[in-house]
Amino acid sequence: MVSETVVELSRWQFALTAMYHFLFVPLTLGLSFLLAIMESVYVMTNKQVYKDMTRFWGKLFGINFALGVTTGLTMEFQFGTNWAYYSHYVGDIFGAPLAIEGLMAFFLESTFIGLFFFGWDRLSKVQHLSVTWLVAIGSNFSALWILIANGWMQNPVGAYFNFETMRMEMDSFSEVIFNPVAQVKFVHTVSAGYVTGAIFVLAISSLYLLKRKDIDFARRSFAIASAFGLASALSVIVLGDESGYEVGEVQKVKLAAMEAEWETHPAPAPFTLVGLPNQETHTTDMAIKIPYALGLIATRSLDEEVMGINDLVDRAELRIRNGIKAYDLLMKLRNGEDTPAHRSEFLTVSDDLGYGLLLKRFTPNVVDATEEQIKAAAQDTIPQVAPMFWTFRLMVASGFTMLLLFILSFYYTAKRKEHQTRWLQKFALFCLPLPWIACETGWFVAEFGRQPWAIGEILPTYVATSNLTETDLWLSITGFVSLYTLFLIVEVFLMVKYIRKGPSALATGRYANEQAEGAVQHV
Amino acid sequence: MFDYESLRLIWWLLIGVLLIGFAITDGFDMGSAMLLPLIGKTDTERRVIINTIGPHWDGNQVWFITAGGAIFAAWPLVYATAFSGFYWAMLLVLFALFFRPIGFEYRSKMDNPRWRKSWDLGLCLGSLIPALVFGVAFGNLFLGVPFQFDELTRPTYTGSFFALLNPFALICGLVSVVMLAQHGAIWLQMRAGGAVVARAQHYANRLGYLLSVLMLVAGAIMVTSIEGYTISSPILSDAGSNPLSKTVIKTADWFANYDHYPLLWGLAGVCLILPLCVSLLAKINRPGWGFVVSSLSISSIILLAGSTLFPFVMPSSTSLASSLTLWDATSSQLTLEIMFWVAMVFVPIILCYTLWSYYKMWRRVEPEFIEQNSVSNY
Repeated sequence: MVSETVVELSRWQFALTAMYHFLFVPLTLGLSFLLAIMESVYVMTNKQVYKDMTRFWGKLFGINFALGVTTGLTMEFQFGTNWAYYSHYVGDIFGAPLAIEGLMAFFLESTFIGLFFFGWDRLSKVQHLSVTWLVAIGSNFSALWILIANGWMQNPVGAYFNFETMRMEMDSFSEVIFNPVAQVKFVHTVSAGYVTGAIFVLAISSLYLLKRKDIDFARRSFAIASAFGLASALSVIVLGDESGYEVGEVQKVKLAAMEAEWETHPAPAPFTLVGLPNQETHTTDMAIKIPYALGLIATRSLDEEVMGINDLVDRAELRIRNGIKAYDLLMKLRNGEDTPAHRSEFLTVSDDLGYGLLLKRFTPNVVDATEEQIKAAAQDTIPQVAPMFWTFRLMVASGFTMLLLFILSFYYTAKRKEHQTRWLQKFALFCLPLPWIACETGWFVAEFGRQPWAIGEILPTYVATSNLTETDLWLSITGFVSLYTLFLIVEVFLMVKYIRKGPSALATGRYANEQAEGAVQHV
Repeated sequence: MFDYESLRLIWWLLIGVLLIGFAITDGFDMGSAMLLPLIGKTDTERRVIINTIGPHWDGNQVWFITAGGAIFAAWPLVYATAFSGFYWAMLLVLFALFFRPIGFEYRSKMDNPRWRKSWDLGLCLGSLIPALVFGVAFGNLFLGVPFQFDELTRPTYTGSFFALLNPFALICGLVSVVMLAQHGAIWLQMRAGGAVVARAQHYANRLGYLLSVLMLVAGAIMVTSIEGYTISSPILSDAGSNPLSKTVIKTADWFANYDHYPLLWGLAGVCLILPLCVSLLAKINRPGWGFVVSSLSISSIILLAGSTLFPFVMPSSTSLASSLTLWDATSSQLTLEIMFWVAMVFVPIILCYTLWSYYKMWRRVEPEFIEQNSVSNY
């Protein structure tokens, strides 16, 4: 088996590259729709300023998009390079949405992005508008399919274990697609992307308003962003993915961990607002609790219980004992004792095979696990509670702050006072980092909360890696971190340069400073 | 609708189609970018080159990404074994490819010669290195790759990165580079304007001779000194995918398929002749036809390589039975069938809008156009 260090380093590499990728994705999701809306207004009203808006925000979109594509390359191949056993074990199901993402989404998005940038004078107005919409739709399709894949990691439905091929195989594609976890994740994630796009436009427009330049351009951008952002922020929060915690054991563990719900409380459970979760004593010190709130949020009822961590550990222990039997039978089936009796016996326990594999970390043979090892593996089914607890709260606080910003922006825009309300503009600028904080902490909760599983209840992260050496991993992490850092510096540098230039970057001769510098000819 | 055996055969073809699609579309933009320092002498000339591929490189690159996704979905064992085994080769490809999206997008956003030259180098190497590595990796498939599976079907690669760089594989790498460079040159002869055209014509012409010679050398090595592989047990083409359920032996060479299907000798001849036809068409200034023939040439070369290996996809040199073939490395029948229908629906749609995008952007990119529209071009 591979060493703990290789597993740790593989997780670090995946986390770093995935979180880095997700610095760019949400802005692409949100900004592509904002561009489509701006251009729609241009086509309907024929006002030049909306075309300039589409082109200027489109320039910033392009700077961001390039790094999204770059870092996305890694994601497509990293399952194979670093998670080879994972790829073999679940590729029959997991590979399909990835391939469909390419065929249905990436081609659409990437073919039309070229026409978006280069097609302004080659396409009719309506053709170009269609192209812009197709880019937006393509990027959202991409989110749909990758979240179907990710939803399956959280709640693996529509598949069974085939002992002859030693892997999971699909038995219902529709269950994989209509996986409830995938559906709520999709809505939650793309809405978060729309919020990111809206905050980006809102904050930078506020910067121009604060500097009192290109007021008309900035106000129109501000107005579109505040309306789009308000709808999106409500969608993120109202359709937040809490309903996804009803299904699957892993999701229940995740919910219990992010709420530091150690014991199962009589329904409806209280909600711990803040406190200091203590993994050793399984208690939360100095907790401030709101009665009934967790039960109401998590189950939307007064009488359903929210399962606490201690009970979940007990349940896991039972399933690990079953998993040992499953592993034992699997070995018999694969080593020449393929009898009908063994087959039918295996079927009764094969759902717990994954729990048996949890013991691989402690003893490669699984069947010879000691009582202590079984207990330790059961404890292992609970992720570290404190990081879950705090990142979740950080995400929620960022979300509500942004909602407040959008409500205020929308209100002042409706009153046509947003350009005079300087405190609001400063508040908007201050909120610029929030969507990224919320997105990254949200992914942390979703994926760290899935541990110790790579595929919930099916495949432990520990057995999912490639057979690589520690040196391989150290070198590749160094490579990724250095290149990605370099790229980030370049990206931020260009972003700042073009934000500073503002719409005069289009060299149309219509915007601030251009007359002074001598207008460049109209493009 | 289809039995398992047919689906497996169809997916071998479909992966081939995706790889050919990648080589033809992303091939010309990689080829053009490789030739950037040789063909583009001034900043404007380089911008001419980059802007002929500007609207298309991103869509083209999706053929590569989709081929990766399709291998994952249809051949999960190949995806797992090849990419983890060729770990450093794959990372090298990725690290190099990183420089293309940002190179294209960022290069002309600053009016600074050092900045632009750095990105030009990035674009050139970002296209040259992947082309080389793909060829080297393909060459190693003929030699067999040192890997095996344990009792839980976990792949372990026992070779090293440097073992991949043997003379035969390096010649295959050069075949790949020269093939795409010629493809890029003929594209530029067709779509660029100004001084770039004559230089592109020169390279499109010369690289064809080089390509044929390199393939002749690779073929000679294949004939004289490379052992082949063959399945020695009955082929279970509709059983569950378990590579260890068969036995494999080594044979004198890879030409057993050629004995069964002598047409393959004809295909090999076509592969040697087509690059020369491209050279000729470049010389008589018919780059449009040259591009078509170059695409055919690339398709033939990839088809020939795949057919020579058939039914192997990735033979193992150290544990013969672990060798991956198109019969025992695939997904389940259901997944292959679903993915087949998905491909049948979407590939034609993709081809339609891809052609539309080329049609809409079709024109020679002249240096004057770049200078007049400096802000909106790459």
